[in-house]
Amino acid sequence: MPTWTSYVLLLAVLGLFGVHLAVPATRAWVWKVLAVLGVGGVVSGSYLALAVAPADHEMGDVYRIMFAHVPEVWMALLALCVNFGASVAFLFRKDLSLDALSEACAEVGLFFGTIGVLLGAIWGRPTWGVWWDWDPRLTTAAIMLVVYSGYLALRKFVDDPEKRATWSAVVGIIAASDLPILWFSVRWWRSLHQRQSGAGKMDPTIWSILMWNTAALMALTIVFAYQRYRIAQATRAREVALPSALPPDSGDVPSEAA
Amino acid sequence: MKASSRNLLIAVAALAIAGAGLAYIAFGNLGENLVYYWSPSEMLAHGDAAYGPTIRLGGVVKPGSIEWNAGHTALSFEINDNHEIESPAVKVAASLTPPQMFREGIGVVVEGTFDKSKVFKTNRLMVNHSNEYRPPKPGEKPKNWGATLSDSSGPTPGKAK
Repeated sequence: MPTWTSYVLLLAVLGLFGVHLAVPATRAWVWKVLAVLGVGGVVSGSYLALAVAPADHEMGDVYRIMFAHVPEVWMALLALCVNFGASVAFLFRKDLSLDALSEACAEVGLFFGTIGVLLGAIWGRPTWGVWWDWDPRLTTAAIMLVVYSGYLALRKFVDDPEKRATWSAVVGIIAASDLPILWFSVRWWRSLHQRQSGAGKMDPTIWSILMWNTAALMALTIVFAYQRYRIAQATRAREVALPSALPPDSGDVPSEAA
Repeated sequence: MKASSRNLLIAVAALAIAGAGLAYIAFGNLGENLVYYWSPSEMLAHGDAAYGPTIRLGGVVKPGSIEWNAGHTALSFEINDNHEIESPAVKVAASLTPPQMFREGIGVVVEGTFDKSKVFKTNRLMVNHSNEYRPPKPGEKPKNWGATLSDSSGPTPGKAK
């Protein structure tokens, strides 16, 4: 499989996202195209990973989980970096939609990060011989999951939207300091986890299929984050418009429809 | 203080904390006090101090050093500092089934104890694989995982298919 096909998919995903951002009128449908590209890309990417990619010289077929593990973690880091950017921007601009973006990206990042770590453990068992060990990479990944879980928990405990946004922005900024440590952990310290690979260290077909899966997952990441952002925006709008109507809205349903 | 300048202050403070923490970990020479494993030469350099506590030892499996006992229940091998066969080495005794990728010349990390006998005893062996992903080169023997378990490294060598 030639590498350019994967780059075409990647560019299509990024281009569509650019259109989505630049032309508000397209926001009603661009995400649907991205969703189709994402789902189709993951399905075809799984086929490519399982049936087309050659077996590895050392790990045989087991390494194929890399095609899922690596993009999942990349997308987690990407989403959490956006969370960091939005957290900083919120404190400077005080725009609650930036807080909604932070919330959306933290959730999506934690979702992909959790899957990525689980897949890593499944890969580790047959290759390293253990599901888990406290090496620098795995430890910083665990810290990431715990800290962003805490971030989301904090959000649930604060009712006032302004306070919640400010506090969680602070937590988001401090939590993000783990991300570069996680990334560089395999270069700074000895670890069980191998260092980052790259196009130069992979068979071209393997690299190409990894890029294909990455592009597909990026489309899904955008769709998830956008949909979660819309939900967060709607929740925020309701909170700000009707602050008193928010918490106890579970019990009394208007009975006139009966 | 206006709300906006208060937020600015919070932003700067949070960024400063995050940046300071990151800088400390990145440039604070944590590596000297906090290592995931010792190499054989580092462990030997500690002399008696290395006897007793549970430690991790990491290096390369010395070619030609892997030995199984008759019943295939006990494994011993040597760990070199690096790929040079003459580099400092420590003998390791393991009572476990090694991961399938275990072989001569591959990176390993073992967890266990060292003592006067100069043999490192472990019951946790981890194989460190590389970040290169490629099919076998022409002439290179591809790994046949199913076969390695049933043929060579299993306790009772089974009939090959």
